Amino acid sequence: MGTNHTTKHNFAQQFEFSGKVKTWSVLAVLLGAGAVAYGFYSGHAERTFANLLLMAYYFTCVCAAGAFFVALQYVAQAGWSAGLVRIPQAFAKVLPIASLVLIGIVAAGLYSHNLYHHWHADGLTDPNSPHYDPIIAGKAVYLNVPFFLTRLVVFLGIYSFFALALTKLSNREDLEGGLNSYKKSIGYSAVFLVIFGFTTPIWAFDTIMSLEAHWFSTMFGWYNFAAMWVSGLCAITLTVIFLKRSGYLTWINDSHLHDLGKFIFAFSIFWTYVWFAQFLLIYYANIPEETVYFYKRWEPEFKPWFWLNIVMNFVSPLLILMTRDAKRKESVLIFVSIFLLCGHWLDYYMMVMPGTVGAERGFGIIEVGTAIGFAGLFVFLMLTSLSKKPLVPVNHPFLEESLNHHI
Amino acid sequence: MSSHHESIIREPLITGENITYAKVTEDVLVPVENKANKAWWIGFTIAALGALMWVVAVSYTFWNGIGAWGLNKTVGWAWDITGFVWWVGIGHAGTLISAVLLLFRQNWRNSINRSAEAMTIFAVICAATYVISHMGRPWLAYWPLPLPNQFGSLWVNFNSPLVWDVFAISTYFSVSLVFWYTGLLPDIATIRDRATGLRRKIYSILSFGWNGSVKTWQRFEAVSLILAGVSTPLVLSVHTIVSFDFATSVIPGWHTTIFPPYFVAGAIFSGFAMVQTLLLIARKVMNFENYITMFHIESMNKIIIVTGSIVGVAYLTELFIAWYSGAEYEQYAFLNRVSGPYWWAYWSMMTCNVISPQLFWFKKIRTSIAASWILSIVVNIGMWFERFVIIVTSLHRDYLPSSWAMFYPTWVDVAVFVGSIGLFFTLFLLFLRFLPAIAMAEVKLLVKTSSEQSKKALIKGGKVDKEHAKFYVESLDKYDSVNQADYAKI
Repeated sequence: MGTNHTTKHNFAQQFEFSGKVKTWSVLAVLLGAGAVAYGFYSGHAERTFANLLLMAYYFTCVCAAGAFFVALQYVAQAGWSAGLVRIPQAFAKVLPIASLVLIGIVAAGLYSHNLYHHWHADGLTDPNSPHYDPIIAGKAVYLNVPFFLTRLVVFLGIYSFFALALTKLSNREDLEGGLNSYKKSIGYSAVFLVIFGFTTPIWAFDTIMSLEAHWFSTMFGWYNFAAMWVSGLCAITLTVIFLKRSGYLTWINDSHLHDLGKFIFAFSIFWTYVWFAQFLLIYYANIPEETVYFYKRWEPEFKPWFWLNIVMNFVSPLLILMTRDAKRKESVLIFVSIFLLCGHWLDYYMMVMPGTVGAERGFGIIEVGTAIGFAGLFVFLMLTSLSKKPLVPVNHPFLEESLNHHI
Repeated sequence: MSSHHESIIREPLITGENITYAKVTEDVLVPVENKANKAWWIGFTIAALGALMWVVAVSYTFWNGIGAWGLNKTVGWAWDITGFVWWVGIGHAGTLISAVLLLFRQNWRNSINRSAEAMTIFAVICAATYVISHMGRPWLAYWPLPLPNQFGSLWVNFNSPLVWDVFAISTYFSVSLVFWYTGLLPDIATIRDRATGLRRKIYSILSFGWNGSVKTWQRFEAVSLILAGVSTPLVLSVHTIVSFDFATSVIPGWHTTIFPPYFVAGAIFSGFAMVQTLLLIARKVMNFENYITMFHIESMNKIIIVTGSIVGVAYLTELFIAWYSGAEYEQYAFLNRVSGPYWWAYWSMMTCNVISPQLFWFKKIRTSIAASWILSIVVNIGMWFERFVIIVTSLHRDYLPSSWAMFYPTWVDVAVFVGSIGLFFTLFLLFLRFLPAIAMAEVKLLVKTSSEQSKKALIKGGKVDKEHAKFYVESLDKYDSVNQADYAKI
């Protein structure tokens, strides 16, 4: 089977997580913890919770995107990605921890009445109460704390199970060789993708859309999926380039980067497509119970950010990544990936803040600090899991194709 | 992925012994270079009679006005728009296969893209006939175009999604046609080089002077990629804008934000089903078993499961959000769909589109030709019902219960629809007779790397991992065009 690459590349080499990156990621976590503590002590409990929710959701989404990436490669019988699949696998391995963080924050927010008070407050469903809200009362069979938390735990539990199962199978393949793990991975991936496809819209409706519990949009689930997928791809690309620059992944060439760049380009356009379709249809039909959502986002305190969102997440990848050369340059991909990760932070910010803190929104130590803290936590956990096994699945049946990938 | 490093476990895209470039040409051109057989004439006669029925029904409509249809004051849009959306949807697979699968470097597209693109073009033509017959006064068909006019300041309504439709579909049709024809050029040149007399002259003009030089091929490859890039957003835009025809309104059941991507997924779903319906027969009748293999059939079935499930997610999302919204009109619209007088249409849609494709999870079913063919037809019946459900059940019980009504089609509605199917098959059968149904030039690219014989040579030479080779040979079990006995000796 072709040339023997073991002479050229060191497949046994493992990533060593130490030095500056480790120090900085730990510092970032501490900084984040400090910012959160500051938020609570300075009397901004609700705003801090909104930021915690935003970042915990973002963190979980990026890890879930890693699991999705791995599963997708198996069912599509993709060959090009075999040499870099350990990176999304490392994302997937962090998913259980990310899920626990998200569940913890959501539960704490619910019980302390800092989150979801639009549907979770005293008297909302009691016809004799002055706070009675007939619309919320109509949804109470679905939007109630026990059922809500059960859904979150069950969904994230299932995703985590499959994320771990897929990484375990890949590890077993390293040790045992053969095609058994590969065959099983396809089966697990297919089942995971079906469950994931049917449940992620509900996950998004619950965790984010119910912050403004009167409002509804059927597109919201797929819109959140698009954001998840783009930010996951950006994080994968950044990690690949970082490893390559640190002397690992010597087998990753500009064709692999080109493919990652194409994915980012294409799905940024897809994100825009669903964002715009949702916006246009609501704007055009102008039905009050729907327009209320965008009305809030067109208030002066949000309007500039509303437009900045579309510029960052659509116009910039479109213009920067249009050419073939741009997608093959590390420096361009690093810039676009970081820019888009910030862009999708803003995207989530626009989903969360108007319905929680509203006009009291802020952009300061709490926002920046929480974001840095979670980024540090993600980097720390992901690189730790990455350092535990070799950077290439040596017995992957498509490895040879990936090593010779050339487009 | 076709490279010299292609993994042995990838299933072959071309089967059969002694496949050479010349043999590919010979096999593909059999129907083009010989007299039509009886089967073709029977099929063509039936299809042409259908097309004739379409001419009669549409002429009748033009003469009498659209009052000839079963529309009433409550249901003012029914089979006509249902048929239109159905055909536009079917017209999605071709460009998806030629553009999106090209960008994803899915080489199995090479044997099916030609017919799929032809099918796309004919389906869009069928859809266009509905646009014209809708107008009632077809001689004014140029009115939707924003042309300078003598009617004072009267322009088209640029805010109307119906006008966007005119732009979207005409752009899509033009680009698909150019894409299809560009791909045909090297193959038409092949026919030209083998023909004599008048035939040679005609194919010579059609081949645009193709000379097969390196430069020509380079330009051909460049233009294919550019057209693929241009068509990819078009695949999404067409059905997105078709969905806007409904979703921009305030009609419960029509106005929902998920419509654009949900319509696109449904369109790809029905398009692949139609490709499957046509190719399973063409493969048998024209002896293309070595080029359209079980791998192609299985892959298309997998796309049908995926898109069918995406459509399923959309149905359930709509149903759930209708309840969750708390908006009583929205809730009633869906309650009425599920359990009102048109319950049978809703449940036919659910069964055909969401439940039946799940049968493809069983390998036995998705690799059975008969089952694939039957299910591909079931899917398109379901997709017709989907449009009927969306359109008629949302309209027939409006805000004013005294005007609630049912829709009953007249013979003209039925004849226009059945006739359009006849028109479609007439065009497709003519295509099979005069143009190569498989992209010869593109299939030839795969002979050296992805054919069964090249893989067999690798295994014989002992150049591959034993376990991988075993896996590969086992994967050939499902192929109806491979003789397993050959491998027993190796």
